[in-house]
Amino acid sequence: MKLTIRAIAFAGAATSALLATIPAQAQAPLKIGFVTSLSGPEGVIGRDLLDAFNLALKDGGNTMGGRPVQVVTGDDQVKPDVGRQVVDKMLDSDKVDILTGINFSNVLLAVVKPIMDSGKFYISPNAGPSQLAGKQCNAHLFSVGFQNDNNFEGLGKYLKEKGLKKIYFLAPNYPAGKDMLTGFKRYFGEPMQSEVFTAMGQLDYSAEIAQLRAAKPDAVVMFYPGGMGINFVKQYAQAGLMSQIPLYTGPGTVDQTTLGAIGDAAVGMYTGAMWSEFLDNAASKKFAADFEAAYNRIPSQYAAQAYDTGHILQSAVDAVGGKIDDKAAFRKALENVKFDSVRGHFKFNTNHFPIQDYYLVQVEKDSKGRLVSSLREKIMSDLADAYSGDCAMPAQ
Amino acid sequence: MTFSLFIEQLLNGVQLGVMLFLMAAGLTLVFGIMNLINLAHGSLYMAGAFFAATVFQISGSFLLAVPIAVALTALVGGVVERAVLRQFYARSHLDQVLVTFGLILVFNDAVRLIWGVVPVPLAPPEALAGSVHLFGGVDYPAFRLAILGVGALVALGLYFVVSHTRIGMWIRAGASNRPMASALGVDVELVFSLVFSAGAGLAGLAGLMAGPITAVQVGMGEPILILALVVTVIGGIGSIRGAFVAALMIGVGDTFGRVLLPPALGSMAIFMLMAAILAWRPKGLFPVHG
Repeated sequence: MKLTIRAIAFAGAATSALLATIPAQAQAPLKIGFVTSLSGPEGVIGRDLLDAFNLALKDGGNTMGGRPVQVVTGDDQVKPDVGRQVVDKMLDSDKVDILTGINFSNVLLAVVKPIMDSGKFYISPNAGPSQLAGKQCNAHLFSVGFQNDNNFEGLGKYLKEKGLKKIYFLAPNYPAGKDMLTGFKRYFGEPMQSEVFTAMGQLDYSAEIAQLRAAKPDAVVMFYPGGMGINFVKQYAQAGLMSQIPLYTGPGTVDQTTLGAIGDAAVGMYTGAMWSEFLDNAASKKFAADFEAAYNRIPSQYAAQAYDTGHILQSAVDAVGGKIDDKAAFRKALENVKFDSVRGHFKFNTNHFPIQDYYLVQVEKDSKGRLVSSLREKIMSDLADAYSGDCAMPAQ
Repeated sequence: MTFSLFIEQLLNGVQLGVMLFLMAAGLTLVFGIMNLINLAHGSLYMAGAFFAATVFQISGSFLLAVPIAVALTALVGGVVERAVLRQFYARSHLDQVLVTFGLILVFNDAVRLIWGVVPVPLAPPEALAGSVHLFGGVDYPAFRLAILGVGALVALGLYFVVSHTRIGMWIRAGASNRPMASALGVDVELVFSLVFSAGAGLAGLAGLMAGPITAVQVGMGEPILILALVVTVIGGIGSIRGAFVAALMIGVGDTFGRVLLPPALGSMAIFMLMAAILAWRPKGLFPVHG
C-alpha cells in the first residue's frame, strides 16, 4: 500500500515536471507525412522526391512559421491499397498535419478521400490526374507538378507546328497513360496513326516495336515511366530506330532517374518537360548546384517538383505564422503563394493546379561525358489545364 | 500483317520463349526433383544480371562477364540451398512458399544495399549492339539473335545431359520416384545440390542475357518468375522437354496475343492458354510423376 502511494506520488511529480517543460517549448512541431514509392524499381523516384523535399526544408532551417518541422515517411510500394494503409496510419496514429509525396496517379486517387475527409491538406509533388483537376477538385488539394495532360499538350502543339502527320502513340494501360494521350490529341488535333496501350510493368517491347517499324510513322510519342522506359528505349535503339524515327516522350521516362541505366542509347531523344537543369533562373541554378553538392548526382524533374513543393509549404506556413488549423487562411496563403520557383514563374489556377511554361529538351552528353537533358525551346507559355472549367471549387 | 512482319514477330516470340526456358528449366527441375517451390528463382535471375553488369563495367568484356556471372550465381544458389532451403525439403509447400518469398525480400534489399536504388547500365557487347539484315527486309537486333542461339545451345546441352549421361539418369530417376532412386543408391543429396546450383546458374544466365535489353534493377526477377511458373505448370512439373515446349508456346502466344488482340485481352492470352491446357491435361503437357 505504502509502495503504491509512493508510486502515485512519483508519477504525479514526474507528470508535473513534464507539464512544466511544455511552455518552455516554443510551439508544437509541424508533422508532414511524406508518402511515396521507396521500395522496388520505382524506389528511385521516391528517393529523388524525398531528397529534394528535405533539401528545400533545409533552406528554411527545418522550421516553418516558427514550428520545427518533422517529416514522417511512408512507402506506398506503388500499390493503391498499400498507399491507403500508410495514409490511414499517418492520419490516425502519427497525427500528421499535412500530407505530400505521392508519385503515381493511381495511388493518389485511392487516398484522396480519406485525406480530404480528415480535413488535412494534400500537396501533390507529382501525380496530377485529370479527375482531381476537374469535377473532383478539392479545396484542400494542391498539385505542384503538372496536370498529367500538360507535358503532352506541349508536345502535341510542337509536332503539329512541325507539320508531322503520322504519330504512333504508346503508353501503359493506366490513368496517367490515358491522360497523356488525351493531352497530346487536344493540341495535335488529328487522330493518331495508332494508339497502343500495353500492360503495366511490361518487360519486352519487341512485338510492339516490330509493328511500329512496319507502320513507318513520322514520329513515335510514348510515355513509359521508370523501368518500362528503360526497357523500351534500349530496345528501340537496338532495333536501329533511334536514327530513323524520332522518339518523343513526357515526364519521368528519360530523365536522371533512368538515363544512367539506358546509357548512350538515349542520346537524341526528345522530352516535353516543365523544367530542365539548364533553365536560366537563379532559383533553378541554386537548386541544381545544392542538390548535386548534397547528393552527388544531377536532380531529375521529380526532384525539381518536390523542391518547389517544399518551398511552397515553407512560404504558406510562414505566411500564417504556423497556424495551419485556420484552414481558410492557410488555403488562401497557398492559393496566393509567393516563392522563387525553379521553373521561373509559377502560379496556381482556380482548380489548384499549376499555370506554367513547357519546354522541349533533348538528351545529350555534357562536357564531363554525363547524359543530360539540354534545353531546346519553349513549346508552351502559361499553359493552364483543360479541366479547370469543370471544377466548382468549394468555398470550404 | 505482311510476311516479313510475321517472321519478325515469330522470331520475337521464339526469343522470348527461349528466355523463359532458361528460367523455367531450373525451376522445373528443382520443383520436380526436390519437391521444392522456389519463388526466389527470380532473385537469382536478378543476381546474374547485376554480377554481369559489374564484371562488364570493370573488365569491359561481355564474354568474360558471362562465365563469371553464371558461376557466381550458381555459387549463391548453392550457398542458399545448403544454408536455408535444405531444411525445407520435407516441409509443406506453404512453408516453402513463405521462406522463399522471404528470400526475395532479403535478396532485393541486399541488391539495394550493394548496388543502390538506381538501375545499373548493362549494354550489349560492341559486336552485337546493332541489328542484322535478314531475308525479306527484316532488320533484327543482333543481340536478340544471340539470345536465341544461346537458348538453343542450352536446350541441346540439357537434352544431352538429361537423356544421355549418368547424372541425367539420376536426375530423371529422382524426378519420377525419389524414394526408389535413393534406395537404389543414388546420392540424392548430392544430386539435389548439383541440380539447384545448375538451375541457379541457368537463371543467372537468363538474367545476364536479359540485362542488355531490359532494365537491370531491384525486383527485375519477379515479373519473369510469374511467366516461368506458368511455363513450368503447362509443361508438366519436372519435365525439361515440357518446359521447352511450353516456353516456346508462351513466348509465341504472348507476342501474337499482344499484337493481334485488344490490350486487356492480349495480356490475358497466356493465362487463358494455361487454363485451357490444364483443363485438358491437369498434370501439364509432359507429366513426369505417374
